[in-house]
Amino acid sequence: MIHAAPVIILLPLVGFLVLTFGGRRLGDPSAGWLGTLAVTGSFVASIVTFLGLRSLAPHARSVVQTYYSWVPVGGLKVNISALLDPLSLAMVLFVTGVSSLIHLYSISYMKGDPQFRKFFVYLNLFVFSMIVLVMAGNFLFTFVGWEGVGTCSYLLVGFWFDRETAATAAKKAFVVNRIGDFGFLLAMFLIFAHTGSLDYHGVFAHLGSVSRGTATAIALLLLFGAVGKSAQLPLYVWLPDAMEGPTPVSALIHAATMVTAGVYLMVRVNPILALSPNSLTVIAILGVATAFYAATVACAQNDIKRVLAYSTMSQLGYMFLGVGSAAYGAAIFHMISHAFFKALLFLAAGSVIHAMNDEQNMKKMGGLRKYLPITSTTFFIAWLSISGVPPFNGFWSKDDILGAAYHKSPVLYVVGAATVLLTAYYMTRQVVLVFTGQARWVENRPGVEGAHAASGGHAAPVASGGHGGSAAGEPGGGHAGPPHEGPWIMTLPLIVLAGASVLGGLIDLPFGKVKFLDTWLSPVASGAGDLATESASLRIALLLVTLALAGAGILIGSRLWGVRIDRPALEPELLKRSYYADDISSAVLTGGGGMVSRALSVVVDNGIIDGAVNGVGHLARAGGGVVRRAQTGYVRNYALGIAVGTVLILGFMLVRAS
Amino acid sequence: MTLSGNWYLALAAVLFSIGAVGLLIRRNVLVMFMCVELMLNAVNLTFVTFSKMLDDINGQSLVFFVLVVAAAEVVVGLGIIVSIFRRRPNATADDLNMLKG
Amino acid sequence: MALLLPVLSSLHPVLAVPTIDRLVFAVCAVIVLSGALGVVLSSNPVYAALSLVLTLFGVAVLFVEEDAQFLAAVQVVVYAGAIVVLFLFVIMLLGVDRQESLRSERLPAQRPLALLLGLAALGELLALSRLTHWSTGPKGASGAPATGGGGNTAALARSIFTTYLLPFELTSLLLIIAVLAAVVLARRPGQHPIAPPALGESEDPSLPMIGADPNEDVEGVRNVDAGSLGFGGARSQQ
Repeated sequence: MIHAAPVIILLPLVGFLVLTFGGRRLGDPSAGWLGTLAVTGSFVASIVTFLGLRSLAPHARSVVQTYYSWVPVGGLKVNISALLDPLSLAMVLFVTGVSSLIHLYSISYMKGDPQFRKFFVYLNLFVFSMIVLVMAGNFLFTFVGWEGVGTCSYLLVGFWFDRETAATAAKKAFVVNRIGDFGFLLAMFLIFAHTGSLDYHGVFAHLGSVSRGTATAIALLLLFGAVGKSAQLPLYVWLPDAMEGPTPVSALIHAATMVTAGVYLMVRVNPILALSPNSLTVIAILGVATAFYAATVACAQNDIKRVLAYSTMSQLGYMFLGVGSAAYGAAIFHMISHAFFKALLFLAAGSVIHAMNDEQNMKKMGGLRKYLPITSTTFFIAWLSISGVPPFNGFWSKDDILGAAYHKSPVLYVVGAATVLLTAYYMTRQVVLVFTGQARWVENRPGVEGAHAASGGHAAPVASGGHGGSAAGEPGGGHAGPPHEGPWIMTLPLIVLAGASVLGGLIDLPFGKVKFLDTWLSPVASGAGDLATESASLRIALLLVTLALAGAGILIGSRLWGVRIDRPALEPELLKRSYYADDISSAVLTGGGGMVSRALSVVVDNGIIDGAVNGVGHLARAGGGVVRRAQTGYVRNYALGIAVGTVLILGFMLVRAS
Repeated sequence: MTLSGNWYLALAAVLFSIGAVGLLIRRNVLVMFMCVELMLNAVNLTFVTFSKMLDDINGQSLVFFVLVVAAAEVVVGLGIIVSIFRRRPNATADDLNMLKG
Repeated sequence: MALLLPVLSSLHPVLAVPTIDRLVFAVCAVIVLSGALGVVLSSNPVYAALSLVLTLFGVAVLFVEEDAQFLAAVQVVVYAGAIVVLFLFVIMLLGVDRQESLRSERLPAQRPLALLLGLAALGELLALSRLTHWSTGPKGASGAPATGGGGNTAALARSIFTTYLLPFELTSLLLIIAVLAAVVLARRPGQHPIAPPALGESEDPSLPMIGADPNEDVEGVRNVDAGSLGFGGARSQQ
């Protein structure tokens, strides 16, 4: 059964190739169904493989399948191989699962788009790259997948490439990712230099020869790569702008899969992290700082998708906090939970945007609960889950992480708890603004009671920076009449994901024997965050604190925003523009960078280089000008020269002869 | 016993240097040419002296050829001078400085 | 005289040689050097040419003294008789008999430098010769001896017509080329044969002897009809 593993990798690749070369013949919805089918097949294959792996004894659950000898060069032997172990199977299960649902959703969401087929081509390519990333058996093959998802992110964010904001956002995503990849590459060099191998098994076997300093360096460099991929501080600036892509892209790539690649990498190399406690501390601090930072910014955003983007960044911070606290199981648990509810949130948001004729400004929504029942119900479930309300999965996973964080350092816990409050607050704000209250869009919608005779679906101008605007390219066009749900293709994924959010907590309840995920992952990722060693009362106390904070956040949010939607004091410009990070970096880079490049251009290029080249010419001319004075034109002067030469030669002969 | 050839050689050397200095000092083109002839004569004298000192006829045959070539050279040189100075008869060597760089 | 010789010879060995050789050498040396100085220092080119003749004669006598009789004859005939005459022809032809001012010197440092270099070269030459004992090479090592059957002319002829036959032919070729060159160079562009000035007409001393008018152009010459050739015509064009 474990031999189904290659199928997991190959099916999306086959889908990609068929759609690339034969997609036009398939026609529009069929191309989408084919893509969906490929990924669903991959999901089925991963279930089969999972069962096959489970049938092995726990200590034998680390199977390497080598498919091809890729780089046999001297001491470096890299193969195209898959490492089938609990961690990779856990990842691949939820990746393919969520991807299938999003593919299904996209069939309806992207209907009518002229590039419908291309969308599925890219989506399949992305899923292929992601599967490669999580299933690879060595660092280099992982890096192939790593780069692949970065490329597909670029392609998909810039899907509507004729929109300048989208094209710019795609470039930004790719470039910032690339900066992180530099760290990954350096880490690979160090790993190979110190362990002589790039295989996971080989590297972890040779960790004895790695000093603590080297391990710290490797860990921090890999962290740098993960930071770029998972949009942590400081390489996060691409994520909010990446919302320019279609909503299924945001759901898949920027919520459930690509951004989790960084966390996956960190968990994968946990033996190296174990050698370097300092790196764990750095990771934890970075994670919690990012979580808090992003939560504060999310409180002031008006675009429905940007709130979710910063929310993703914040939740990823939690996952890094989990990694830093050596609670790898908790981190993976939160990753899976987050995949479910964040994908759900994005898909539901897409449904809302669709219904609002591509309006994305929350201030212009409201009261949609009665028009979009399924969407709003599933959104509520996800909202409660992310806020940390039991029995939804977010509560359990977040609590695991916070418990481990407390174990590492109470300060981390405090910041994490504060972020819980903020998370609940801004998500409540979002829910209240969108689904409850007065329907602020009514004036602009013909066919609805209370509407003016104005054209429907006006688009607010798209602003740069942190403001919201409408995605003028989202397909579907404007429709008159009241907002309504999408077809079943769009609502089914919502329902499935909501169900997963409800039941997802069951995979890792913190009560002894039912810690399925932790137990499953323990051969590869057993961390120090073993909550069983903590006292039960401390556990329960922490639990209650987070619960209280979540409740408080919900209460405050609903109270403030249910009444009035215009509260500039709570939406300061600082937060709206995410602490001016974009402005600062563009000022520094274009201002400072501009200065440097101007200096280089004027001083170095014009002055020194051109000066040197021109200088050679001038020198030649000047030299010629000086030497030319010997050419007086007077024959007698020339004769004098000959005479001088004669005298010198005679003198030389005289000296030689004497 | 004849005078040793060294004296002849010394005389030739003096004659040569006089001719050289004259070439450098005079401006009249024809006089410059004549100084060249002086130098050639000094060389001829040297050759003949060596021919005598070394009991070798080759020195004299060389003088023979020098004589012929000097004659040809004078012919051509004067032809050039004539063609240049036809227009400006009072020109001197200094006026022919068109090759000034 | 007989008493003088031993006295003089005790002063310097050179003074012991037979008087006639010494005398001839001394006289010829004086002639040669005075002629050379005359060439260099005369402001009148004609005087310079005549001084050159003096030098050439002196050198010819020295040639005879050194058993190169044939060359002496050739020297007189060719050099003094042809070349210097050629010089004088050109001097007269071009009228470059104007006195050259020996006082002024346009080029800076030319004169002192020339004198210095001349003296230096001379000194070096003499010193060099002294060091290398005046002559290098063994006697009669290369080529035929100077004396031999037939005297100097025969020896010379033997050398030229056997060893140096090719250079001899080449020099004859060279002479032909020189003649051609002279004809071509001395020709005026598009010129008609120059007519002598009309009888009775005084020459304008300011004009050059041949109608080398600086202002005339080729067309001007061509447009002149036969009757107005010569100075009259040239003058009327000014």
